[in-house]
Amino acid sequence: MTIIYLLIGISLLVALLFLGGFLWAVRSGQYDDAYTPSVRMLFDEEPDDPQGPKSDNSRQA
Amino acid sequence: MQATPMPPLSAAEPPAPRRLSQAVDTFFYDNQIVRNFGLATVFWGIAGMLVGILAAFELAQPAVNMNTAVTTFGRIRPLHTNAVIFAFVGNGIFMGVYYSLQRLCKTPMYSKALSKIHFWGWQLIILSALISLPLGFTTSKEYAELEWPIDIAITVIWVVFGWNMFGTIAKRRERHLYVGIWFYIATFITIAVLHIVNSMELPVSFMKSYSAYAGVQDALVQWWYGHNAVAFFLTTPYLGLMYYFLPKAAERPVYSYRLSIIHFWSLIFIYIWAGPHHLLYTSLPDWAQSLGVAFSVMLIAPSWGGMINGLLTLRGAWDKVREEPVLKFLVVAITAYGMATFEGPMLSLKNVNAIAHFTDWIVAHVHVGALGWNGFLTFAMLYWLWPRLYRTELYSKKLANTHFLIGTIGILVYALPLYWAGFTQGLMWKQFNAEGMLQYPNFLETVLQIVPMYYLRGIGGVLYLAGALLMTYNLYKTARAGSLLAEEKATAPALLPAAEDPHADAGHWHRWIERRPFQLAFWATVAIAIGGLIEMVPTFLVKSNVPTIASVKPYTALELQGRDLYIKEGCSNCHTQMVRPFRSETERYGEYSKAGEFVYDRPFLWGSKRTGPDLHRLGGKYPHSWHYNHMMDPTSMSPGSIMPPYPWLYENTIDYSTLPAKIRVLQRLNTPYPAGFDQRAEADARAQAEGIVRDLKKEDIEVKSDKEIVALIAYLQRLGTDIKVKPEQAAAAAQ
Repeated sequence: MTIIYLLIGISLLVALLFLGGFLWAVRSGQYDDAYTPSVRMLFDEEPDDPQGPKSDNSRQA
Repeated sequence: MQATPMPPLSAAEPPAPRRLSQAVDTFFYDNQIVRNFGLATVFWGIAGMLVGILAAFELAQPAVNMNTAVTTFGRIRPLHTNAVIFAFVGNGIFMGVYYSLQRLCKTPMYSKALSKIHFWGWQLIILSALISLPLGFTTSKEYAELEWPIDIAITVIWVVFGWNMFGTIAKRRERHLYVGIWFYIATFITIAVLHIVNSMELPVSFMKSYSAYAGVQDALVQWWYGHNAVAFFLTTPYLGLMYYFLPKAAERPVYSYRLSIIHFWSLIFIYIWAGPHHLLYTSLPDWAQSLGVAFSVMLIAPSWGGMINGLLTLRGAWDKVREEPVLKFLVVAITAYGMATFEGPMLSLKNVNAIAHFTDWIVAHVHVGALGWNGFLTFAMLYWLWPRLYRTELYSKKLANTHFLIGTIGILVYALPLYWAGFTQGLMWKQFNAEGMLQYPNFLETVLQIVPMYYLRGIGGVLYLAGALLMTYNLYKTARAGSLLAEEKATAPALLPAAEDPHADAGHWHRWIERRPFQLAFWATVAIAIGGLIEMVPTFLVKSNVPTIASVKPYTALELQGRDLYIKEGCSNCHTQMVRPFRSETERYGEYSKAGEFVYDRPFLWGSKRTGPDLHRLGGKYPHSWHYNHMMDPTSMSPGSIMPPYPWLYENTIDYSTLPAKIRVLQRLNTPYPAGFDQRAEADARAQAEGIVRDLKKEDIEVKSDKEIVALIAYLQRLGTDIKVKPEQAAAAAQ
């Protein structure tokens, strides 16, 4: 059962790593704006397609 | 959508003159790699489901295996699980990640060469699994069956994937990392850690190894891995993909971005601890079981947070769900995720687990997750991506709707009979009659009761596959109608240096880290993990503190050979070696299993499913002849048995060539074989085999002592006998 100490150690290591990632994310301003990112990802530019009209039909909705 | 490049839409964005003067980069997204992973997803998905259907009907009718070794249930069940998890879902993850990551980061993948190495490397790994598993090369550890050379290949290709992903993130043109990317990062890091720790094994030969851990420890590591393979291979990457493809398909932002952030951090933190709920009532110490239960129950909060966030994204868009097959698949996928993540914590409660564990209930549970969540989300991605990659419309929405209908019915026809079967059998095992005796003392009786359910679940699988085939045709026709846009042109303003970017935390002390944060985090993780492993692993291997039992001895050379055959044939896919401390089990099987009995078991063979009875106290229960006849034709000893015959064990000769190496490896792992035993082992094994052959001859059975069946009988007769004390044996013999 000693292996549980290794597994708890690794689990804590992973958890601490994620905690560190979280702190980094907060401090570097990743979460300063919790609205626009969700909207921004919706907008991609349509590729320049020489066959023009075809690309207009690519959206199904 | 927009014809000209525009700055990102932002409600709070101040006018930023510097941005306007900034150069606009033109670049090309790599769609070819997305398409290739998509093709692989479809191909391996169908292959994996076909193997699943074969396995399903073998349980109802063993003759379906056509009496050949390579198609027998014990060998193809791991093939099915590996194919659907790592080939179908694995390629689905890479397809979705390679598409979304480029767009979320506004940059092509870091390296086309790495993308190609990743793609072909992963397919070769799958191919090696497809060949090696049916041939019986297996470690027997669930979802980690592949032998050590393939484990190393997986590690290398996984690093290639990570390198490519972090490289892409590092050169992104969008400072903000969308929530989906956080899920991808967590997936990468955690799977790397899990795979490396669980795959610690010492090679005996090419394609044979022994686990670095034994017994209880091996079980704990395995299920720490096994549960998190579900968490970080089947869940977190797909949640990241949900957060990308659901808003895209619904054309509206995720319900709450704030909730998605909380969802992410709480989910990854809690998941990693839940593994021991796979080992409730086993020989694992109670406190470790309780730890697993507590975290499993907590998991419901982040899981349902994610599900609710997904479903509420569709608020005001439910009219679109009625029309759009992509959204239909997504809704059922998210609902299945919600059901599976409610059921999971419930199954982790010990009183529920006591009934459900080892039964088909668990199989139903995982298939709601696999068919509903992973399968349907994958189908949604494919239906959404194909028209975009091929610059055309989907060939037929009607066919896609039919697929949705057949698939959904397939899931129900699969899951409901198995819930019924699991519940029925779990209760039958525990039923006592008025005299205090087991109501169903014959295990086979509880199996025959549920065989009709096995047929139904097979039909459910066929329906599900039929839907997938419809999709394949639909995607094929879509691709034929359009042409692949291999390089998709895109433009975006270059990312300003943090100091000039009004969005960055300018002037902060760790500005220099931000230029390479992810490579840094990645290599730091690797460095920490390596250091930790090198320090800790040998320490733990030196002396175990599992309560040892003096009478428990290492396996004899012949028993060891028999045990490796038990592993090769995949017996542990249907038989457990773990008598739980319930009266219903000690009455049926004998003394409950104790931690100290497994100290020489590398790997542990506790199993996770009782399609057949537990075997831990099998040793000495029947004469050799019973096993001889039973393995030749199980129905001769147990009429109606659904166990397949193993005629090849009577033809194949025992391979002693690697025996000295096996003994040496086990000695290195502190199994107390006497010095020099590696050279005497073969003679020792042959002598024991001669003894078994002599015993069989007394019952008019003629067999050569070098046949595999002899070694297997030796192992089966040893099982669980070490703790039986002499006086009891004497008394039993006298009766």
